[in-house]
Amino acid sequence: MYDFTTLVQSIGNFLHGQFSPGVATALEWTLVILVYLALYAILGLVLVYVERRVCAFFQLRLGPNRVGWAGTAQTVADALKLLLKEPVTVNKADKLLYNLAPFIITLAALTVISLVPFAKGLQAFDINIGLLFIVAVSSLGVVGILLAGWSSNNKYALIGAMRSGAQIVSYELSVGLSLLTMVLLTGTLQLSTIIETQANGWWIFKGHVPAIIAFFLYLTASIAEINRGPFDLPEAESELTAGFHTEYSGLKFAFFFLAEFVNMFTVAAIATTVFLGGWMPFHLGDWAGFNAVMDFVPPILWFFLKVSAVIFLMMWFKWTFPRLRIDQLLKLEWKYLMPLNLMNLVFTAILVYLGWHG
Amino acid sequence: MFRAIYEYFKEILLAIRGLINGMRITGKYIAHARKEIITQEYPDNRDTLQMFDRFRGEVVLLHNENNEHRCTGCSACEVACPNGSIEIIWARREDPETGKKKKQIETFVYHLSMCTMCNLCILACPTDAIKMGHDFEHAVFDRSQLTKVLNRPGSKLEKGVEE
Amino acid sequence: MSDQLDLAPATDLLTSQEYFVNMGPQHPSTHGVLRLVLTIDGEIIRKVEPHIGYIHRSIEKMCEKDTYRQIVHLTDRMDYLSCHINNEAVCLAVEQALQIEVPERVKVIRTIIDELTRLASHQLWWGVMGMDLGAITSFLYGFRDREMINDIFEETCGARLTMNYNVPGGLMFDIHPNFQKRTKDFVAHFKTKLPEYDQLLSDNPIFRARTEGIGYMSKEDAVAYGVTGPSGRASGFACDVRKRHPYGMYPQVDFKEVLMTDGDCFARYKARILEMWESLRIIEQLIDNIPEGDFQAPTKQVIKLPKGEFYQRVETARGDFGVYIISDGNKSPYRLKFRSPGFSNLFVLDKVARGSKLADLVAIMSTFDYVMPDIDR
Ligand code: SF4
Ligand code: SF4
Repeated sequence: MYDFTTLVQSIGNFLHGQFSPGVATALEWTLVILVYLALYAILGLVLVYVERRVCAFFQLRLGPNRVGWAGTAQTVADALKLLLKEPVTVNKADKLLYNLAPFIITLAALTVISLVPFAKGLQAFDINIGLLFIVAVSSLGVVGILLAGWSSNNKYALIGAMRSGAQIVSYELSVGLSLLTMVLLTGTLQLSTIIETQANGWWIFKGHVPAIIAFFLYLTASIAEINRGPFDLPEAESELTAGFHTEYSGLKFAFFFLAEFVNMFTVAAIATTVFLGGWMPFHLGDWAGFNAVMDFVPPILWFFLKVSAVIFLMMWFKWTFPRLRIDQLLKLEWKYLMPLNLMNLVFTAILVYLGWHG
Repeated sequence: MFRAIYEYFKEILLAIRGLINGMRITGKYIAHARKEIITQEYPDNRDTLQMFDRFRGEVVLLHNENNEHRCTGCSACEVACPNGSIEIIWARREDPETGKKKKQIETFVYHLSMCTMCNLCILACPTDAIKMGHDFEHAVFDRSQLTKVLNRPGSKLEKGVEE
Repeated sequence: MSDQLDLAPATDLLTSQEYFVNMGPQHPSTHGVLRLVLTIDGEIIRKVEPHIGYIHRSIEKMCEKDTYRQIVHLTDRMDYLSCHINNEAVCLAVEQALQIEVPERVKVIRTIIDELTRLASHQLWWGVMGMDLGAITSFLYGFRDREMINDIFEETCGARLTMNYNVPGGLMFDIHPNFQKRTKDFVAHFKTKLPEYDQLLSDNPIFRARTEGIGYMSKEDAVAYGVTGPSGRASGFACDVRKRHPYGMYPQVDFKEVLMTDGDCFARYKARILEMWESLRIIEQLIDNIPEGDFQAPTKQVIKLPKGEFYQRVETARGDFGVYIISDGNKSPYRLKFRSPGFSNLFVLDKVARGSKLADLVAIMSTFDYVMPDIDR
């Protein structure tokens, strides 16, 4: 019922009809870039607000509730404040790398959301190696963290960055393996097709136990990969004050901050796409009436609903658990997540071989 | 071998149980977040904010409706104060009615910036002239504003208060 | 240029080097203005050098010019989390010197408020402990329960933190009529919340991994360094002043001295949790049996101690707190020395933390429960 393909197509056609092909393509790209940049900023701001609010409720506080309706404009005000702040640079910092780091992080975060299918037809890139590309690009962010830690000329930052390096290198494996498990089921790497395969039921339901295990493994590993609590060692504030971004202030700090929250969104979005059926509505067996009602809800709403559910789960984790230590973190990966992932992979392979998947 | 595998999975399951246990607590609180909120919306609830009777916010010199206070200038509070927050400046003046010379306070200087709200001055005062006020919003822009004169202009000693 | 290019042999490029990190004086988990100079090898701590003095206010010197009544309120500013117990120590010392027998009512009230103070201190510690380990939510839960105690204090003593409720010879005022009811409400409330503390942190596998076996302190070390309080008792050092040198109502009430043998962070953590249960028990025994009577023994307005030396120990939330008064017969002491538990507890840190990770140091420090003004005075 809700298909954005025609809409997107018609915009393209309109542009191509008005301008020469080169200009039209350039305009198209500009449009895409603008939309995604806006999306990036809005996502960041909304998520920061949501996080602060949810965290506050977990902690029996009210959270931001002054600026705007129920405090909704608080993050906008904060962003403005950060924009207006003086960009302080450390004297002996490696200026080039120091200034480059926030952009690399932003770039990595931005590239990944461009692959996320928000609804049918609403996707900037739909490449056939989508999942692989995501796994590859999302780990680029660590380069930014390492650069930030190295160039700040601050020992806390350096320790944070080194932790982050060790952490991402190990957890990258689990993220890849758990997604690989799902690729066995879906049989494709293209995100749009992955969603199509879930038209008759989400993978978490029809993928039996392995899919559920893979979901939680993926969630754990990717939370670690994006340095969120309880795996927020690179910026463990009780040990390293602010970790790798200790020396950043103002706008550059805002970049790190936004990237962190957008990364959280990406993780949730990929989990949604691969495990929870992306923008597919929730269907219950043969209940035609129920299914029709569910179909009525726009897919983009479905997508964001699922994403918010996953994000809420991530916040729940963060605001409940203590932080791990670096060696325990690595032990968790190499002793528990990796073997479980491999077992799960084999298990799924058997399942697929027997043709038991949906 | 099997024992080790069993232990391995048992460890994982126990850990998951522990984690879920913790999440149950936070989950319970977020489910009742509205009811359980412990913070106050402070400047908004100024009107309803009730301090406890004994709350020690600042030292005040009590005046009645005729602008009379009970401070005889005996300086007991000044002596009792551990950090010199109180300075009583007094003089002997002629009482217009009886014509006798009597000790009177000129200024009751109170340095809020030094006061530790220890309540010793209040305990020391023989005439109960001073008491602890409930105001706690003492923020000012200049330190000099924290030095206060507690006796109101033109105030007199209440009748019948013994020196 | 070329002479500056010191080409190291290839092997040297791979050898690691120890380096210094200044932790504090402004650091989120040093709980105040403590500065630790750490020698670190990667993430492993080789040496911890505590540097103190950033919040030194020369309270002991100030006491030499103050009268005995005035000294009491200065002790509030030392270990502000067990201020009532500090107050009591000075008052007990003065009462001991003057040989005043305080009324039974005073003893009971003092003991109840002591235990409430201890509970409040441990609640705050629990919250901060969670926060140091990254579970920030526990901070607010700890504060929620502490708030009830603070309300009790505010209603009865007039202040929430620096209560100054004790005066030599008794109490500043009588208890507020609501005191008993509020305290009973609190005990009932906290009995339901304390298991949640366990559920949220103690049973959490991450928390266990972060504390079990970390920061081991042997009983010998505890004795040698004079580590007292729950931290010392977690290593098996039976040092509870309430049992060893009882004061107030402690000889009459039934409570256990919490003793652990593990000596690691988790033992210190658990010792405090169990101590909270004991405190609740003490309060329950006393709250309904506050005898009638005066809230002050008659004392002179100007207190002059006889010539001599007087020492009084009490058990604060952090350990053995001592007040040592040398009097030359004047209205202020000739010399006054406080034995603050935090000071001894701090300097065992180097011994305990060597060889552990940087993240462990945070856990170790929070299980020792440092309050900087107590250490610096
Ligand atoms: S409350 Fe204490 S410090 Fe303040 S003026 Fe009175 S005696 Fe001095
Ligand atoms: S306030 Fe009380 S103690 Fe102070 S000078 Fe006046 S009468 Fe004396």
